[in-house]
Amino acid sequence: METNNIHHLRRQVANLRQSLFDQGYVDEQFIELEELQDDATPNFVEEVVTLFCKDSARLIHIIDQTLENHPVDFAKLDNYMYQFKGSSSSIGAKKVKTKCTQFMEYCRAENVEGCKRTFQQLKEEYTTLRRKLEIYFQYARQVGPTETASCTQSKSVN
Amino acid sequence: MNIGSGSLVTVPSSTGSWKSGDIVSDQFPVGLRVLVVDDDPTCLRILEKMLRNCHYEVTKCNRAEIALSFLRENKNGFDIVISDVHMPDMDGFKLLEHIGLEMDLPVIMMSADDSKDVVMKGVTHGAYDYLIKPVRIEALKNIWQHVVRKRKYEWKDNNFDQSGSVEEGDRQQKPSEDVDYSSSANEGNWKNSKKRKEEEEEVEDRDDTSNLKKPRVVWSVELHQQFVQAVHQLGIDKAVPKKILELMNVPGLTRENVASHLQKYRLYLRRLSGVSQHQNGLNNSFMGRPDTTFCTISSLNGLDLQALAAAGQIPAQNLATLQAAALGKSATKSAISMPLDQRNFFSFENSKLRFPEGQQQLNNSNKQIDLLHGIPTTMESKQLANLHHPSQSFMGMNMQVNSTSQHNNSVLMRLSQSQPRTQLLNGANNGSQVSRLPLSMQQSLSPVLTQSGIVDNARGSVYNPVSQASSMVDFSVNQSKELQSYNFSLGSNSSGLSSLTNRGMLQEEVNSDIKGSRGFPSNYDIFNELQPKSQNWGLQNDGSTFDTSLHPCMQGTQDVSSQLLLQQGISSTHNSGQNRNAPIEKPMYSNGDEIGHSNTMCGSQLNSGGGNMLAVKAERFPDADYQNTNIREQFGRDDLMSAFLRQQASVGPVETEFGFDGYTLDNLPV
Repeated sequence: METNNIHHLRRQVANLRQSLFDQGYVDEQFIELEELQDDATPNFVEEVVTLFCKDSARLIHIIDQTLENHPVDFAKLDNYMYQFKGSSSSIGAKKVKTKCTQFMEYCRAENVEGCKRTFQQLKEEYTTLRRKLEIYFQYARQVGPTETASCTQSKSVN
Repeated sequence: MNIGSGSLVTVPSSTGSWKSGDIVSDQFPVGLRVLVVDDDPTCLRILEKMLRNCHYEVTKCNRAEIALSFLRENKNGFDIVISDVHMPDMDGFKLLEHIGLEMDLPVIMMSADDSKDVVMKGVTHGAYDYLIKPVRIEALKNIWQHVVRKRKYEWKDNNFDQSGSVEEGDRQQKPSEDVDYSSSANEGNWKNSKKRKEEEEEVEDRDDTSNLKKPRVVWSVELHQQFVQAVHQLGIDKAVPKKILELMNVPGLTRENVASHLQKYRLYLRRLSGVSQHQNGLNNSFMGRPDTTFCTISSLNGLDLQALAAAGQIPAQNLATLQAAALGKSATKSAISMPLDQRNFFSFENSKLRFPEGQQQLNNSNKQIDLLHGIPTTMESKQLANLHHPSQSFMGMNMQVNSTSQHNNSVLMRLSQSQPRTQLLNGANNGSQVSRLPLSMQQSLSPVLTQSGIVDNARGSVYNPVSQASSMVDFSVNQSKELQSYNFSLGSNSSGLSSLTNRGMLQEEVNSDIKGSRGFPSNYDIFNELQPKSQNWGLQNDGSTFDTSLHPCMQGTQDVSSQLLLQQGISSTHNSGQNRNAPIEKPMYSNGDEIGHSNTMCGSQLNSGGGNMLAVKAERFPDADYQNTNIREQFGRDDLMSAFLRQQASVGPVETEFGFDGYTLDNLPV
C-alpha cells in the first residue's frame, strides 16, 4: 500500500519526466532508452546518461582546447562536434544536439566567433540537461524502477 | 537433444547454436552472434543493450583494430558485424573491407551521417545495410536476415558458372525463399525452409560432381598470380572460370574454385574502383601513413561510372538488394563522384587509400588488373614485412580476396564448396597481428577476453568461451605481469590502462558484488554509505581523464549501483560551485568521469565494504574531498530536492571553467 509520501514522489517523478519532454530537453530517443530498461538493467537510462556525461566531459574539454588554438582547426572541431552530436542524439539530448548542429555550421563557415559563442550556449544547455537529469534520476530512484519506464501517456512527446 | 514428441531439436542459444557445425536452434535468430564496433561509448552501450534485448549474443568493441583482432582470432565466432562509420583509429569503411574480404561476414554500417554519398559509400564497399543513428531497436531486430541472405547468395555465387551452365539455373529459384525471412518472428518457417534448403543443397552437391567434399584451396601468391595473368589474358569481361582454369593449368584446381575466386576478385575490383572516386585530388595528402588499404585507381573506365551512376539513385533502405544486384552484375563498378565534405575528409585521413604515384592507370579495360601488380595491400605494413614478400599486390589480393567466411560452414550452408581459404596467410597474419598490437591493445585484450566467457556466463549467454580462452591464452599469460603492474598505479597517466585492466580483471568479481546492491535506499543511507568511501577518492588526482580510447571490448555490462550515480551526480554538480584546487581546465564532470568510467568498481566498492580488495583505488577520483564535505552538510536533510536546490542557489559562478554566471535551475516543479 502506497503511502502518501511515495505517491507524492511518484507524481513528482512523473512531472519531472514530463517537463523534460515538454521543454524540449529530451526527445523520443530518450523513450527508446527507457524502453530498454528492464529487470536486468533497472537503471539503464541513468547508466547511459552517465556514460554520455563522462564522454561529453572529455569532448567539451578537447573542444575548448581546440578553440583556443591559433589557428583554429575547424576540421578537428567539426570532427569532435560530430562525435558529440552523435552521442547527444543517442540519448535524446535534443537541445544539445541542436547546438551541435549550429556549431558545425559555424565550423564549416570557419567562423571562430560563431563557434565560440555557440559552444558557450552548448555548454549551458548541456549543463542544464545534466542537472535536470540528475534530479530526475534521484527522484526516480527513490520511487522505484516502475516509474521510469515509459508510460503510454508520455509517448505523446512534442 | 531430440525429444521424441516430434518437436524439433532445441538447443539453448547460449551454446552458440549459430556456430558452424552445431545443431540449429529452434529459437532462431536467438543467439545470433553480433560484434558491434563503435568508438562512442554511449552508443556502444545502447546498441549492446538493444542487441541483447533482441536475444542476440553481443560483443562490443570500441576500436576497429581490436574488432579485427577479435574476428581474426575467432574465425567462426561471429555471424554479423555492426560498425560505426566514423571511428578514430580506422575508418569504418576500411574495416568493412577488411571484414568482407578476410572473414566474409556481413557488415552493417551505422552513422549519424545520412548524406547520400556516405550511404552510397556503404553500398559500394559492400555493407549489407546502413543504419542511421540514433539506431532504434526495430532496426536491429531484423539484421539476422542479412546473415541468412548472405549465406544463400554466397552458396549460389560459388556455384555460379560464368558460362551459365544449365544445371545452376534452377538454383536461381532460391531467392524466392527469402520472402519467408522478412519477418523476424517467422522462426518456424525459417527452420522449415532451412531444412528444405539443406536437402536441396545436398542433392545438388551430389549432382555436381566437382562439388563433393574437396580440400579447400589456399590461394597462394603464386596461384593468384597465375589467376590474374589468366584473367588478364582473357580480358576481365571475358574471363570465365572454365577458361581461366584452362589457362592456369593447375592440377587439382576446379572450375568452382576459380569461379568463387573470380567472384571475390571482381568484388574487390568493384570496391577499388568505387573508392577511388574519392581519391581524386587527395593523392598527395595521404601518403604519410604506413598502413594501407586497397589501392585505388584514380581513373575508371566508362563502364564503371555509368553503372554506378545508375545505381546511385537507390535509397539506403534497399541497400541489401542493391548489393545483391551489384554482385550479380559483372561489370558493375562503383564509380560515382562523391563530394567530399570535411568530415569524410578527416575520417578518412588515416585510412585513405594510398596510391603510389605510378598508379595512374590508363583507360583500358584491363587497367584494373594491371593496378594490382603494384598495389599496396590491405595488410598493415608490419604484416607485410612479416610475410616477407616483395610483391605486395598479390599478398594483398590474397588477403583480401581469398579469405572467405568460415561461416559457410554454418548449418545452413554446410557445403563442400571450394572456398578458398587463407589459412596459411591468416595464420601468419594472426601471428603478426598479435605481436604487433600496441601494448595498450594487448593489455586491453587479455583481461577482456579472458573474462568474457565468465561475464557472459553470468548473464546466461555465452561468447564462445572455449575458443576465447584458448585463443587468448597467450595474451593473458604474457601480459599478466604488465597488467598486474598497472593495477595499482596511482595518479599515473596510464591510469587509463589501469582502469581498463581493472575493469576487465575485476569484472567477474564486480558482477557478483553488484547483484546485491540493487534497490533504492533512502537518502540517508546513500550519503552515509558514500561519505566514507569518498575519502579514497582524494588519493588519486591527476590531469588525464581521457581513457575512453583505451576502452576495450567488453562482454556484458555492469549494472551500476544507483547510489554510485547519485553520488557522482551530486558531487559533479558541486564541482562548479566550489573553489577548486584542480586546474580549471579539468572537465567539470571529472568525478563522474572516474565513477562513470569505473562503474563496476565503484559499485562493488560500495557494496562490499572492506571485504573487496578491488583495485579501485587505482582509479582516479579527483577533487572529491571537499565537495563531499559540502554534500554531507547540506544533504542531511529530509527533502533532497530542496537541499539540492539550495545548493544550487548558493552557488555563485556556477561553472567557472565554462564561464557561466549565476546560472539557476528553472522550471523545477517542486
